[in-house]
Amino acid sequence: MQDNRARLKTLLIVAAVFAAWLGVGLVVTNSYYRLVLTLVPIWAVLAISWNLLSGYSGLVSFGHAAFFGLGAFTLGLSIKFLDLTPWFGIPLATLVGAVAGAAIGYPSFRLRGTYFALSMLAYPLAFIAVFEWMGLQELAIPMKRDAPLWYAQFPDFRAYLVMALALLAVATVISLRVEGSRFGLSLLAIKQNELAAEAAGIDTFRWKMRAMVLSAALAATAGALYTMVVLVITPASVFGVVVSAQAMVLTLFGGAGTFWGPLIGSAILVPLSEFLNAELGHILPGIQGMVYGIAIIFVVLLAPEGIYWRLRDVLARRAGRRAAEAPIAAAAEPAPAQVADVLRPPIGPVILDVRGVSKTYGGLKAVQQVSFDVREGEIVGIIGPNGAGKTTLFNLLNGVVMPDEGTVTFADTAITGWKPSAICRAGIGRTFQVARAFTRLTVLQNVATGAFVAHADDAQAWAAARTMLDVVGLAGRADVLAGALTSRELRLLELARALAGKPRLLLLDEPLAGLGSTETQEMIALIRSLPARGVTVVIIEHTMHAMVSTVDRFVVLDHGALLTSGSPTEVTRDPRVIEAYLGRKWAGINAAA
Amino acid sequence: MLVEQILQTLVAGLSVGCIYGLLCVGLALIFGIMRVINFAQGDLMMLGMYLALFIATFVLPSTIFGLAAPFVAALVAGPLLFVAGYLLNKLLISRTTGLSVSGLSEGDAHQAQLILTLGVALVLQNGAHILLGSNPVSIVSPLSSTAWEIPLLYDDFSAVFLNKARTINAVICIALSAGLFWFIRNSRLGKSLRAAAVNPEAALYMGIDVARAHHIAFGLGTAIAGIAGGLLVIYYPVQPHVGVDFVIIMYAGVVLGGIGSTSGAFWGGMTIGLVQQMSTLVMPIQLQNTAIFIVFILVLLVRPQGLFGRVAERA
Repeated sequence: MQDNRARLKTLLIVAAVFAAWLGVGLVVTNSYYRLVLTLVPIWAVLAISWNLLSGYSGLVSFGHAAFFGLGAFTLGLSIKFLDLTPWFGIPLATLVGAVAGAAIGYPSFRLRGTYFALSMLAYPLAFIAVFEWMGLQELAIPMKRDAPLWYAQFPDFRAYLVMALALLAVATVISLRVEGSRFGLSLLAIKQNELAAEAAGIDTFRWKMRAMVLSAALAATAGALYTMVVLVITPASVFGVVVSAQAMVLTLFGGAGTFWGPLIGSAILVPLSEFLNAELGHILPGIQGMVYGIAIIFVVLLAPEGIYWRLRDVLARRAGRRAAEAPIAAAAEPAPAQVADVLRPPIGPVILDVRGVSKTYGGLKAVQQVSFDVREGEIVGIIGPNGAGKTTLFNLLNGVVMPDEGTVTFADTAITGWKPSAICRAGIGRTFQVARAFTRLTVLQNVATGAFVAHADDAQAWAAARTMLDVVGLAGRADVLAGALTSRELRLLELARALAGKPRLLLLDEPLAGLGSTETQEMIALIRSLPARGVTVVIIEHTMHAMVSTVDRFVVLDHGALLTSGSPTEVTRDPRVIEAYLGRKWAGINAAA
Repeated sequence: MLVEQILQTLVAGLSVGCIYGLLCVGLALIFGIMRVINFAQGDLMMLGMYLALFIATFVLPSTIFGLAAPFVAALVAGPLLFVAGYLLNKLLISRTTGLSVSGLSEGDAHQAQLILTLGVALVLQNGAHILLGSNPVSIVSPLSSTAWEIPLLYDDFSAVFLNKARTINAVICIALSAGLFWFIRNSRLGKSLRAAAVNPEAALYMGIDVARAHHIAFGLGTAIAGIAGGLLVIYYPVQPHVGVDFVIIMYAGVVLGGIGSTSGAFWGGMTIGLVQQMSTLVMPIQLQNTAIFIVFILVLLVRPQGLFGRVAERA
C-alpha cells in the first residue's frame, strides 16, 4: 500500500516537472533556447539508458555512444537512402540498438569490472573509423517539402520538444518499472556482490544481458531523435567520446542506481553547459567544458555518489535523529522458538550425493576424491582444520567452482557443472564464511533478492522476505541498510536471504564465526529448527565444540581428503581426527588415556 | 618492392611502438599501483607536449643545445610534471581512492574516481583551449624531416629509411623504460610502490606510507606521460584535445600487457604500435585504429589477463 502511494507521489512529481518543462518550451521564442530545451530530454534519455545498465549493475560502460551513434545513423541512412519515414526509422533504430546491445554484451559480459569498462571504450571508436572510411563524414537529413508530416519534419520546432518529452516519459516509466521490480533489485545486487547474487539464485548473465539490450535500445532511440532535431550528424558527433562521457557524467552527477539521477543530472548540467557556450563561447572557446569539468570535480568531492544519494543521506540522517529510539526497541526481539526439535521429521532418503569430487589449484590439491552423502532432514557438520578444503568443497557443491572430476547429485539430478544460480533454483541455498550482504540495500531488499528465485510474483516475494525476517528475528531492522548491521545481524541476514529462496538443502559456511556465546546459542537454536521447516542442513565449522550437540553426523576433512565420517561421539574419539586437529603427540596421549 | 615496404612499415611500427610503450608504462604505474582509471592521462600527455614545446622554443638557447634542444626539453618537462601529478593526486584524486572512501561500496568509489578524472580531463583540455587556442603546433626540427638510409644488401637500390627524430625518440624511450623497470625492481622506493600495489593494507602495517606511495606513483606516471608527449611533439602536432586519441591507445596497451605489469605495458604499447602500422599493409589507412580496437577486444576476450600478464584473480 505504502509502496503504491510512494510510487504515485513520484509519478506526480515527475509529471509536474514534465508539464513545467513543456510549458516553458512552448512559451520560449528564442530558437537557440528552444533547441536546448529539446536536447535536454534527449540527453536525459541517453543518461537513463546508461543508468539502466551501468548505474544499477555497476558494469561501467565507457562506450554508450556506440548505441547512440548506431541509432542516429540508422535513422539518417534510412531517410536518405531508403526514403523511409522516421515513423518507421525510429523503431528500426531501436531494433538496431537492441541487436547491437546483444551482440556487444554477449562476449563482453565475460569480462568484469575494469576490463568490461575498457572494452566498451573501443566499440564507438571503431565505429567512427568505419563510418568515416565508408565515406559518411557528414550525413544531412534531406528536406522533404512535399510530405513534411510523413517525414516528421515539422514547421513548428515545438513539435520536436513534444516528441523528445514523450520519449523521455517512456524512458522514465521503463526506468521506474525496472527500479521497483526484481529487475532493478537483481542488478543492484549484482553491483554490490556478484557472487552472492549468483548464489542467491539470480542468473547474473541473463539479467545483465537484459539490461544491456534494453539500455542499448533506449540509447539508439535517443540517437535517432537527436538526428531528427539537429539534422546534420558526423561520426564524431554521435560516436565521440564526448557522447559516452555525457551519458556517464549526467548520471553520476545526479546519482547512479536511481531513476532520479539521470533526470537531475540532465536538468542541471545540459542547460548550464549550453548557456555558457551561448553566452561566453565566442569570447572564451572551451569555457563550457571548463566549467563543466569544475562542476564535476566539486560534486565528486562534496557528493561522491551523486546529488540524489547525498540528499537522501542528509534527509535520512535528519529523520534518523528524530526516531533515534526505534532501533533499540527492535533489538530486543524474542529469540526464535526452540520447540522445533520436538517436531523434527524423521530422516529421509539421500538428497545430496557427492561422488569422488576433486579440485586442484596448480600443484595444490584443495579437494581430492571426496565422497559423502546427506539424507533429507539431516544436519551434517563438515569439520576439519584450517585449509582442509571445506570452503572449496562448498564452492564445488553450489557451482562457484567447477570440479576437475567427480559428480554431485542433488535430489536425483546431476548438478555438476551448473551455474550457482541454477543450483540455487534447484533447491540448494548457501551462506558465506565472510558475510556477503548487499551493503547499500536495506535488510528487506537483501532478503527479497533471495526470495525472487522461489516466487514468480514480486509481491509474493516481498511477503516471503518479510516472513523470513520474522523467522530470524530481524523484522525490526527491515528498513535499515545492510551496511549498518552488526556481525550477528549480518549472519542472520544471510541466513534469511538463503532461506527466502525456499531451499531444500542449505549450506552454511561458518555461521558461528564472530559470534559471542549467547549469540552462538541463538544461532544454533535457529539452525536446529531448520529440518522442521523442511530444510536439510550442511554446516562448515572448525570449532567442533559448538557443533557436537547440533549435528547428527560429522564429515571430517583433512588436507583436502575425506578423513572419516560418523556420529559426533565416534568422530570426536577417533585418533585420526584428534591427530589432524592437535598433532600426533596429542593423539597418542588421548589414545593411551 | 614488397620486402622493402614491409621492412619500412616494421621500422615505423617499432619507432611508434617505443613511444606508445613509454606512454603505457606511465599509465600502468598509475593503473597498476593505484587501480585508478585515469581519464586525464592523455591530457597530462598533452600538457607535456605543450610544456616541451614551450621549453624548446623559449627557454633552451639553441646555440648551446642545438639539435638536441627538443629532446632535452622533453626530459626537462618530466620533473615539472612529476610535481604536477604528485599535487594533483594529493589534492584531488586521493580523496576518491584508497582509505578515504572505505565507507562506500567498491562500485560507488570506483565511479567517483572515474568521474573525477573525467572532470580533470575536461578542465585540462578546455583550459588549454582557452589559454593556447586550438591550432595544432609542433616543434620545428630538421631532424624530423631527415632520415638515415640503411641499404638493403640483396640489391643495389633498395633501402630502409630511419627518420632521425623518430629513431632518437625510440632510443630515449627504451632507455627511460629500462631505467624505470630497474628502479621499480631494485630501489627501496620502487619496492615500496610494488608493495602498496599488491596489498595496500599489509603495506601500511609494514610501515609503508601508502598514501605517499600513491602520490609518487601518480607523479611518476604523469612525468612519463609528459616526457613521452614531449618527445612526440617533435613530429606530431599538439592541440588541446590531442589526448583523447592517445588515452585509448594507452589503455589498450596496458590491458594487452596485463594490468599491473609495467614491463608488460611497454610490450603492450609496442604491440599496439606494430599492429597500427602493419595493418596499413593490408587495410585502408583510415582503419588503422579500428585494427587496434579489434586486436584489443580479441585479446580481452581470449586472455583478459593480458598477453604478458598472469592470472591473478581469486574467487
